[in-house]
Amino acid sequence: MTTAGVDTPARAAPLFSERQVANALVGVAVLVLVLAIAIPLWMLLSKAMLDSRGSFVGIANFERYFATPALVRSLWNSIWVSALTTAIVTPLAFVYAYALTRSRLPFKGFFMGLALLPIFAPSLLSAISLIYLFGNQGFFKSWMMGASIYGPSGIVLAEVCYCFPHAVMIIATALRLADGRLYEAAAALGTGAVRVFTTITLPGARYGLISAAFVVFTMVITDFGIPKVIGGQFNVLATDAYKQIVGQQNFEMGAVVGLILLMPAVIAFVVDRQVQKRQVALLSARAVPYEAKPHRTRDLALLAYCLLIGFCLLAMLGVAVWASFIRYWPYNLSLTLNNYAFENFDPSGWAPLWNSIVMALAVAVAGTAFIFGAAYLMEKTKAAAWLRALAHLLAMLPMAVPGLVLGLGYVFFVNAPWNPLGLLYGTLALLAINTTAHFYTVAHITAVTALKQIDAEFEAVSASLKVPFWVTFRRVTAPICLPAILDIAVYLFVNALTTVSAVIFLYGPSTRIAAVAIVHMDEAGAMAPAAAMATCVVLTAIAAKLLHVTLDHVVFNKWQAWRAR
Amino acid sequence: MLKQLLASAALGLVLAAAPLTADAQQRTKVTAYTALENDQLGPYKAAIEADVPDVDIVWVRDSTGVITARFLAEKDNPRADVVFALAATSLLLFEKQGLLEVYTPKGADALKPAFRDPTAPYTWTGHDAFLAVVCFNTAEGAKEKVASPTSWQDLLKPEFKGKVVMPHPASSGTGYLQIAAWLQIMGEQGGWAYMDKLHENIAVYTHSGSAPCVQAAKGERLAGIGFDMRGAREKTQGAPIDVILPKEGAGWDMEASSIVKGTKVLEAAKKVVDWSNSKKANELYGKYYAIVAHPDVKSAPPNYPANAEAAMAKNDFAWMAENRERILTEWTKRYESKAAPKN
Repeated sequence: MTTAGVDTPARAAPLFSERQVANALVGVAVLVLVLAIAIPLWMLLSKAMLDSRGSFVGIANFERYFATPALVRSLWNSIWVSALTTAIVTPLAFVYAYALTRSRLPFKGFFMGLALLPIFAPSLLSAISLIYLFGNQGFFKSWMMGASIYGPSGIVLAEVCYCFPHAVMIIATALRLADGRLYEAAAALGTGAVRVFTTITLPGARYGLISAAFVVFTMVITDFGIPKVIGGQFNVLATDAYKQIVGQQNFEMGAVVGLILLMPAVIAFVVDRQVQKRQVALLSARAVPYEAKPHRTRDLALLAYCLLIGFCLLAMLGVAVWASFIRYWPYNLSLTLNNYAFENFDPSGWAPLWNSIVMALAVAVAGTAFIFGAAYLMEKTKAAAWLRALAHLLAMLPMAVPGLVLGLGYVFFVNAPWNPLGLLYGTLALLAINTTAHFYTVAHITAVTALKQIDAEFEAVSASLKVPFWVTFRRVTAPICLPAILDIAVYLFVNALTTVSAVIFLYGPSTRIAAVAIVHMDEAGAMAPAAAMATCVVLTAIAAKLLHVTLDHVVFNKWQAWRAR
Repeated sequence: MLKQLLASAALGLVLAAAPLTADAQQRTKVTAYTALENDQLGPYKAAIEADVPDVDIVWVRDSTGVITARFLAEKDNPRADVVFALAATSLLLFEKQGLLEVYTPKGADALKPAFRDPTAPYTWTGHDAFLAVVCFNTAEGAKEKVASPTSWQDLLKPEFKGKVVMPHPASSGTGYLQIAAWLQIMGEQGGWAYMDKLHENIAVYTHSGSAPCVQAAKGERLAGIGFDMRGAREKTQGAPIDVILPKEGAGWDMEASSIVKGTKVLEAAKKVVDWSNSKKANELYGKYYAIVAHPDVKSAPPNYPANAEAAMAKNDFAWMAENRERILTEWTKRYESKAAPKN
């Protein structure tokens, strides 16, 4: 195989083949995922087969759980609420993402930021907004037409907001990379707009759309924060898990519910594999980036649409920010800055906010590097197929796991007497690892979606030029995907700022983070100071997003110039 | 690019791990798991450290359910040295699993009998008790022309239909304590009959134990069933509520402390638990709670209902623990599988 005569003598034959290196790297990635995701989950879920004394009881817990008449109701409630939310969010997000990527919408960065607002805000903020807007004392109570926000309608409304940014992000990634030549050919053939949409745009975005739908469905089905606060006694599986774990400290039954919740993820995984088989790379090596041509009616209609959605999202946030300045809802609405003097409400004062920022930075930097690197190895290298499939399965798992289950799994795992990682307990490092694991799936899907749209020809050409894949990765793949990489980093950063459910079991005395402090202040009845700290979190997230927009701009000009013709 | 990413990643991890190595204190660190209110942490820490100068109290605070679940999940490798001011119902659970150190703190015998572990030698001793009450929003009551209730029976009146909230007994220890109290006050049959009727007036069963009084305070609900200290705190903040002790008597729980078995700082932990039984400590509790363990300390925190101690119903914690599963199953069967949720 060697062509020593032609090759420069300085380049000795490598010790290991490219394939071996790829195998080793994927192996390391799998090992990390097993440690960060699989084992902690196993530590908790394996309890489903045990009784409270730790002896094996087979499927007795499942029998007991299925014998409860309330279960069927919870299961059914979970499914229809998740399905309804998915059916509402996916089209809403598609049109929004379409406007962002396929039109001459002005201020795209701004509108992208608007779409992300709900994930900038800790979930408590949307709960406060909903109660202040539509609660029994709310401004628009009459709009509810007698229905109450405390129940399925409130859950669906809040979940739609909560899931919208995630769906937009995935669909926009799918729509962003399009081959302009297809559209040029269609235009040359005089194809109608509807036909172009149904034969080029939709099939191209199919993978992203299906991913988004599954992400939304699983997010809703596993979320317990929203149903807990405004669901009342409308039972869903996630609140059943909460009841067992936090309400009754019955880890065994909690594990049973956790396992049932994994089902949607397994289905998502299977469907994902099927779709993937048929997905064709859109950005072939000869592709030309698609540039939307101005189209007055379309652009105006989309602008109006984005303004309307943006306004709703902004209003939700605005109400909560306003709530942070009022003295006592709803009886004393005068404004005050006192709620921002956190040391009066929480002994740690502002410290949790700084902890949050450090933790979120670690997640954004280290987490993104790992997730994207691992996604590349899974998608683009010739490592053993079963290894790559295993890594992909592990990456899809966290989505299906309620944070509560993952967090408690970490407690069991890290505190197992045999585990040297026990040293990490209570540190920000562990919080960062846990948060990366918790939000792994959406970041992974984003990375994979971006990678899939790059033609495998790049790798093929590199291989024939005897350029190893890591050089291709560094010189070609990573720069092409830089916008997606930045998206992932910001997504992780923002979620790390706002997440509560998993880390509430893991923080240490000196590493309490803002999202936890917010919950604690709210529990102590200090709703306005809780809203105030949440507002600080939102501002931090917005600052990060602005930085992202700036960076994106710079990057685009510097490295993505090749895209334009 | 990748190199830079990795470099900054490494830096991030180092930064993140920093709290692990920092801090070298002379005093003995005592990690205390607690469910105290946020704003009590500072004063309690200062008070303990003033009297026991060689300890440094490190709080890990969360709501009762979360901290209890966390403590149980850590049982193979306990991280807490003491459990401080956690609900006695949780401590009984820990005791049953053998997670608490047997130790009779100094001054334990001087406490009121109800505030000690019923079986000597003790594993835990109590600080203060809190009672189940009705938080009634007088502003909304005036609007809807509903008079303040004075008894549990009053909550069954038709004008309360869909306007009462209480914690879900399967989600919240407070909720379970409440239904267990009714079953003890009214007897099993009477208790279930009462709950059957009350169910018709309940708007929602909340997942959080503190939510009902907060919702009543904010006018989201007319009446919420919760604990006295929560109601008193909301009232002190300016909520238009009455904190009512129903005349049939009220269920209650207490805050209690214990040493965690296997702590590496046993001596320091003993000093902290000793302190928690002192008269001085009880004076501190008295600033927040109406009923404290020490017989010589009289307290009257603002906005508490008067004569709270007389209203304490007989409450058998052991009975509560033994019958929990049976009662919750019955409750679920009666109120959860029936009819669509009313909003």
